[in-house]
Amino acid sequence: MSELLLGNQAIARGAWEAGVAFAAGYPGTPSTEIIETLAARFPDTHPRWSTNEKVAFEEGMGAAIGGLRVLVTMKHVGLNVAADAFMVFPYAGTNGGFLIVSADDPGMHSSQNEQDNRYLARMGKVPVLEPSDAQECRDFVLAAFELSEKFSTPVMLRTTTRLAHHKGLVQVGERTPIDQRPFEPDPKRFSVPIYRKLLRPRVEARLAQLQEYAETCPHNRIERPDGEIGVVTSGIAYQYVKEVLPQAAILRLGMTFPLPPRLLREFCERHSTVYLVEEGEPFIEEYMRSLGISNLGGKELFGVIGEYSPGRLRQSLALGDIPQPLTTGAPILPRPPMMCVGCGHRTVFSVLRQLKVIVAGDIGCYTMGALPPYEAEHTTFCMGASIGTAIGLERAGHDRVAAVIGDSTFIHAGIPALIDAVYNGSRLTLIILDNSATGMTGAQSNPAAGTNLFGEHTPRLDLARLVQAAGVEQVQVVDTWQRKQVFRAINQALAHPGPAVVIAQGPCQQLPEMKRRDIVPYVVEEELCTKCDACFRVWCPAIKRTEQGFPWIEAAECTACTVCAQVCPTDAIALRQPEQA
Amino acid sequence: MQEVINLLFVGVGGQGSLLIAELTSLAAVQAGFDVKQTEVHGVSQRGGSVETHVRFGARVHSPIITPGEARVVIALEKLEALRFAHFAHPQNGELLINDFEIVPSSVLNAAELYPYDAFDVLRSRGYSLTVLPASDTAHQLGDGRMANVVLLGALSTLLPIDAATWQKTLQMRIPPRYLAGNGSAFQAGQQFMADRQPAAT
Ligand SMILES: Cc1ncc(C[n+]2csc(CCOP(=O)(O)OP(=O)(O)O)c2C)c(N)n1
Ligand code: SF4
Ligand code: SF4
Repeated sequence: MSELLLGNQAIARGAWEAGVAFAAGYPGTPSTEIIETLAARFPDTHPRWSTNEKVAFEEGMGAAIGGLRVLVTMKHVGLNVAADAFMVFPYAGTNGGFLIVSADDPGMHSSQNEQDNRYLARMGKVPVLEPSDAQECRDFVLAAFELSEKFSTPVMLRTTTRLAHHKGLVQVGERTPIDQRPFEPDPKRFSVPIYRKLLRPRVEARLAQLQEYAETCPHNRIERPDGEIGVVTSGIAYQYVKEVLPQAAILRLGMTFPLPPRLLREFCERHSTVYLVEEGEPFIEEYMRSLGISNLGGKELFGVIGEYSPGRLRQSLALGDIPQPLTTGAPILPRPPMMCVGCGHRTVFSVLRQLKVIVAGDIGCYTMGALPPYEAEHTTFCMGASIGTAIGLERAGHDRVAAVIGDSTFIHAGIPALIDAVYNGSRLTLIILDNSATGMTGAQSNPAAGTNLFGEHTPRLDLARLVQAAGVEQVQVVDTWQRKQVFRAINQALAHPGPAVVIAQGPCQQLPEMKRRDIVPYVVEEELCTKCDACFRVWCPAIKRTEQGFPWIEAAECTACTVCAQVCPTDAIALRQPEQA
Repeated sequence: MQEVINLLFVGVGGQGSLLIAELTSLAAVQAGFDVKQTEVHGVSQRGGSVETHVRFGARVHSPIITPGEARVVIALEKLEALRFAHFAHPQNGELLINDFEIVPSSVLNAAELYPYDAFDVLRSRGYSLTVLPASDTAHQLGDGRMANVVLLGALSTLLPIDAATWQKTLQMRIPPRYLAGNGSAFQAGQQFMADRQPAAT
């Protein structure tokens, strides 16, 4: 049976077929759909959203040592968070099969950096498989569990955005029942750091065995060996090579760490010119050059930055021109994503803009507060960084600084930094945007939402009490759509001599219950409107201008958040049905 | 190598270009083709520009279409048609465009910079375009949001997928209570293509 599946859905399918009995992850593009598919279609894999990637990894580690087959998923930067565990686990080796999916994002479609996690795998001495299409996303997951158990090692499946987010036909199978493996406590293996010295040589020995395996494994294969030009490639780039150089001999590496030296040498000896086409960093290339292979055309031709495509390959190889976007008299207007109409973050950012404070931002939909029209976020680095950055900016002598963080990000990585602010006596003003969702990645549930991956109720994390318990004295909880409240609270927090926290509450518009609501939109009464433009400064995309210059609300877009009505000095905006309706 | 048919669906997040791309992929699967599809993802629900690539044929490798190779660019909005027109094949390509404008709210003076003359620009550059009042038609049929399906009906007349397969696909994917409306929208698109003047070259 074959189905049209996303790469990520195929991974989920493979995990289910492989008998995975525990799966954990933290949302992050382009990995999110794996856990979501498990929840929707394969709940017997027992998937969950963990609070961050490190926790997910450690839960997975425990479950695998305990004898289950385990899947852990995250975006590339998630592995930085989980790296502490990731680097040590291989010393012990696993019991039940353990697969970590690292979803890299060349082109930074929805990420703060480009990062090739094959380097982290090499550092951790973890073997890497790289599928080339949706079918292999499924197949390689099954293969990874075999590999993991055969060599007692965690295995990484490295995907990239295009692989994760393309659909292709996938031949699927059924679930194999896998017996839980027995767990034998073994302090020398699992617990006492001093014994790690004894384990260290075993890691190297395993790597040598894996390298031998790579020489002949089915994932590394040669196609059209008689082709004149040779190409070494991996991942989705293989598909581009098939299209652009259909006559070439191809060495497709499905296992990219450890790499097979003999296979690579022999392949390169048979072809006078060899191209190396890999998305991301020159990971394979550096290794090949270290083997002394010199007839290579790699990154100097194809580049390290951004996503590959057939067009890019063709241009790099001077195989023809590609039409460029039209140039017209004026530049073609950009249309970037923006905060949803009625998003509670909008109120906070319009206030921050007005207050002219320095804002240390964080990762989430509110990152868009850095863009016009708000332009009220001045730093964004990585999850949780807002608080530490604000503390540092304050140390550097800037006294009107606010940190802004979402609920999910606060839970993920903000809490230690908040405790630090109290502990080290910072003045920190922190605004927690509590929208009961991990919005940016698709409004997933989180502990502050009080629901889990399956939508079941969980104890709701009480952010105010948590912040108080950390020792913050001034804690204000406000309705994020009450502009005056928000304004007053932030002002008070800035004036407070110690750490102060404002929790701005209001659900994300992408939550199912918000989308399902019956909305009675707001309307502008032109007779009362003085065209003062106050409502336009709320920057709501639903508010347009009529030819006569009056504000006009697009009824289908309005979410009835009330903010425009609050700022209108003449009460010209109200919850009223237009006369003719 | 056997021909691969490349289709690029573009629009503004929320207009449903992804849905008709998906319906097309499913119809192509039903018709026995190999299919690849990819959405330049991110945050389509938030009003950004959305772009979905669909490719089908005997065997498809890359999910991505190279500019200049699309058989049809299906645009749900005018500015987006302009942004992605260069994907159309210079000789065999054409653009199916919904006559509909959404002024972006990203720039403050966007209303002044909006390319109201996009169709003239495209024609002057030699593109072959069919402009449909898909939003108006959908509105008359009771729901402006079905503009995407009007365009799909029009597109269906250009593809080697038979009517029965399209019907089956719509039935498979569209919830029963929306099926009748969407069926009429699909037919309206087909009818428009049957009535259109032979494209001027
Ligand atoms: C380490 C890491 N993990 C995951 C992500 C992906 N990611 C981007 S924003 C975000 C969550 C945002 O949720 P929240 O902070 O609640 O803000 P919202 O988007 O709801 O406003 C996530 C998980 C990331 N960028 N970095
Ligand atoms: S998804 Fe939620 S948090 Fe993100 S912009 Fe929309 S309403 Fe705001
Ligand atoms: S028009 Fe006014 S009430 Fe409606 S969403 Fe926009 S700001 Fe809120």
